[in-house]
Amino acid sequence: MDIIQVSQLTKVYQSGKGNPPLRAVDAIDFAVPEGEVFGFLGPNGAGKTTTIRMLTGLARPTAGKASVMRLDLASDVTRIKKQIGVVPETSNLYDELSAFDNLVFAMQLYGVPRAERKTRAEELLARFRLSEKRDTPFAKLSRGMKRALTIAAALAHRPPLIFLDEPTTGLDVMSARNLRQMIAGLQKEGVTVFLTTHYLEEAERLCNRIAIIVKGRIVALDTVENLKSAAQSKTVIEMTLADTNNQVETKRVEGESVETAARAALAQTEGRRVLAIDTLRPTLEDVFVKLTGLSAEVMLAEKGRGGGNAGG
Amino acid sequence: MLADDLRGMFYVGLKDLRAYYLKPPNISWGILFPFAFVLAFAIRNPTDLRALVPGLIALTLLFGTSSMEAIVIAFEQRIGSLERLFLAPISLPALLAGKLFGGMVFGLTVTLVVLVIVLIVFGAASVNWLLLVLAILLSAAAFSALGAFVSVAVKEVFEAQTLANFIRFPMMFLGGVFVPVDSMPFALQVIARVLPLTYAVEALRAALVGGVQVDMALDLLALGLFTVVLFGLAVNRLARILD
Repeated sequence: MDIIQVSQLTKVYQSGKGNPPLRAVDAIDFAVPEGEVFGFLGPNGAGKTTTIRMLTGLARPTAGKASVMRLDLASDVTRIKKQIGVVPETSNLYDELSAFDNLVFAMQLYGVPRAERKTRAEELLARFRLSEKRDTPFAKLSRGMKRALTIAAALAHRPPLIFLDEPTTGLDVMSARNLRQMIAGLQKEGVTVFLTTHYLEEAERLCNRIAIIVKGRIVALDTVENLKSAAQSKTVIEMTLADTNNQVETKRVEGESVETAARAALAQTEGRRVLAIDTLRPTLEDVFVKLTGLSAEVMLAEKGRGGGNAGG
Repeated sequence: MLADDLRGMFYVGLKDLRAYYLKPPNISWGILFPFAFVLAFAIRNPTDLRALVPGLIALTLLFGTSSMEAIVIAFEQRIGSLERLFLAPISLPALLAGKLFGGMVFGLTVTLVVLVIVLIVFGAASVNWLLLVLAILLSAAAFSALGAFVSVAVKEVFEAQTLANFIRFPMMFLGGVFVPVDSMPFALQVIARVLPLTYAVEALRAALVGGVQVDMALDLLALGLFTVVLFGLAVNRLARILD
């Protein structure tokens, strides 16, 4: 059963006098079934955040239709908001309130019964390893802790669907790793996750399916394995060779199939010893580069320059 | 839906009070500032101090309700936490009403302190209590709506502070706090008639020392109208920020 359905969804921003309108999202279609971790990848300014903003009621679509939690986005946005959790790109809880009070306020806004609030807040603090920081103001938490608390606040009312916009951007390795484990844990609990990220490895590890968006249009949508298979037109074999002086060389040979590639590779040994032979599978990065024309490094560098672009 | 809106409104106001308003410097400043202003005027023109009481109450309400209110939304917009409220399952009018609620509760609290002091000093024999409560509540609502309108009209906190002072300080001198509006030149009287503070001072004067009933009703009606118009404009502006 699809929990998100999007049909021809479009967002056009007026760019001001003399400038042409910006088509941030251009007639996209996709569906997300219940319980899936759905990855939304794309370079900076591709339309990822704009799509999330539309699906969560923060921006009005210019055209197209969408349903979230099987409710029409155009007519039922308040009921949709009750059933979703949103983690924006920037951790935006209240600096002056403690970790505990921020969680309680989130629950108050969403109508969690008074009797449950304290227990639920303590439970979330424990789960996100923040119990010791219960009474610490949000402003005084580390960046990783702020991120974890922002995710905890989005889960406070137990939403069955959560939108995570760049959840690990700017975090140290350990904090990012902890957060990835938490995201993986959400899926086990049956929560559907809509995830945007610039980290291809993260998407590959966490997502059941991935959509790649470029200049407002979805250019690919499939499982990671299928995307990789589609990107590989030829088989590539990598051989490590050593000559009589133990000089080591690595060679890559392409072929239409494993058999032809292997034959071609062996023909190129020129009497040297074969130390290792392996077939190479494309990575998600290869797929991404092929579809967007951008390398992962360029994308991350752009991200660093662009910061939290609303059109991103 | 209505229950969600009422609940959201209440908790948004409560959160603002805890996060921004109920800090010792805000409370002491909210009480001392109007006293200092009125005292400065009284020293320069030591006339009937009792005549300055309605203006003192009105100034306390104006600054108590609008000072923080005028920057809260701009501040939350700047740091991104306003988006949390936009994502909550409450309507925009309820969200803004929550902001007004926070400003009003703070303004009313500091005004209550000032009111108790002046009633102890000058006595409460001639006070029309019903009119006083109505005048205070409607003034607080109008000034809080003014603060909210200022806060959504700009993007930066310093712009909000500048705009709030640009509106409030001339209003303080033209709104009948120190000089009765009737004694001003005609052109200034016309300007005074479009300022909510004028009606607040008149309604409070009528409640504290007596006045004509028709005028009182018109003053209260004007304060109600200011609240509705400023609130409507602020909601409209907030909707545009959202998109």
